[in-house]
Amino acid sequence: MGESHDSVKSKRIVFVTVGTTCFDSLVRAVDTQEVREALFKKGYTDLVIQMGRGSYIPLRSTGEDGSLSVDYFTFSSSIAEYLKSASLVIGHAGSGSIFETLRLKKPLIVVVNEDLMDNHQSELAEELAERNHLFCARPQTLYQTISGMDLGSLVAYQPGDATPVANFINRFLGLNDE
Amino acid sequence: MDNVYSCFFSDMGFLNVAISLIIGISTLIMIRIFYVIYWSSKPRYSKPPGPLTTLIVLGSGGHTAEMLNLLAVMQMDRFKPRYYIAAATDDMSLQKARVLEDSLIKKAEVEVVGTSHFLQIYRSREVGQSYVTSVGTTLIALTHALWLMIKIRPQVILCNGPGTCIPLCVIAFFFKVLGIRWSSIFYVESIARVRRLSLSGLLLYKLRMVDQLFVQWPQLKSKYPRANYVGRLM
Repeated sequence: MGESHDSVKSKRIVFVTVGTTCFDSLVRAVDTQEVREALFKKGYTDLVIQMGRGSYIPLRSTGEDGSLSVDYFTFSSSIAEYLKSASLVIGHAGSGSIFETLRLKKPLIVVVNEDLMDNHQSELAEELAERNHLFCARPQTLYQTISGMDLGSLVAYQPGDATPVANFINRFLGLNDE
Repeated sequence: MDNVYSCFFSDMGFLNVAISLIIGISTLIMIRIFYVIYWSSKPRYSKPPGPLTTLIVLGSGGHTAEMLNLLAVMQMDRFKPRYYIAAATDDMSLQKARVLEDSLIKKAEVEVVGTSHFLQIYRSREVGQSYVTSVGTTLIALTHALWLMIKIRPQVILCNGPGTCIPLCVIAFFFKVLGIRWSSIFYVESIARVRRLSLSGLLLYKLRMVDQLFVQWPQLKSKYPRANYVGRLM
């Protein structure tokens, strides 16, 4: 499902993104040994973390010792290139981030930030997970989700279409030339 | 004797007239409000109208992306002039709207001069702001909104979620009641709202201040029957 073969060594990159938020619990969870080992066992070679406004700083690693290579950065003007080259995306539950990833047809694990006051974001992640468009997890359950995930069970998300809304508005305003 | 009684009765008479006047005017206003609410939900024009002055309220992040998706499939020559309003603290949204308008000019679908305008409005309340100071900032925001609405007097209002749209929609509703300007108000609830409406959406729905409210998930349509479910925008 959407792997990039740009690199000669056929890297399988896991891209973690928190957008413009502060989501230390996700970065921490991804940086634990058990999650890194679970990703490595699943065949991923690189872990790239976009950590946003968080204060927890992950440990960089070259992965020469036969494990996952880890790198991080805070922000980027556009994460589109990182998303395109990823084989797996682990992201926060922002709707823009979710749909940008689904449009690229990348496997996605959405992690819900339970520290947020008004967590209506989880509604969208849960609904899309129920429809098998992505996996949904909490920072504490990320390890189980990764170990148990079956990428083949994911169903591609068909992008929406604003035309029916525009047509409805046109009919309401008598603008259709029929 | 007559004088005392006539004084007494004329005082009572004045009070009666005043009370009758207040009751009468209140009743007229109530009838007018019901009339506005009833006819707002009905299709507006029987013959195609000319170009409609349109107000587009932009919000941060995901809100703007959805609104731009909708605008991209609307006939821009029927909705002009277009006024884009975003919160004063939101720099990205107006920028994205300008990009959309520029791309439309390139496609030669719109006239080059004067059909789109970009404005900023004061927010009623920033995230985390204390409720005490929020009273003051809300009043400032309302005054600013009133000023903008008097200048623009839109015939169509498109909004999709941010709190910035509430003062504008409330003022638009009162413009309708007072006969200053009739506007068709369309509210598209964000795709992130699956089971519950946002506070803005709920207010506009319950107070019946929106002509047509769109939801993007069937669960919300079941919960709010007067809403329209016509699929997702993203």
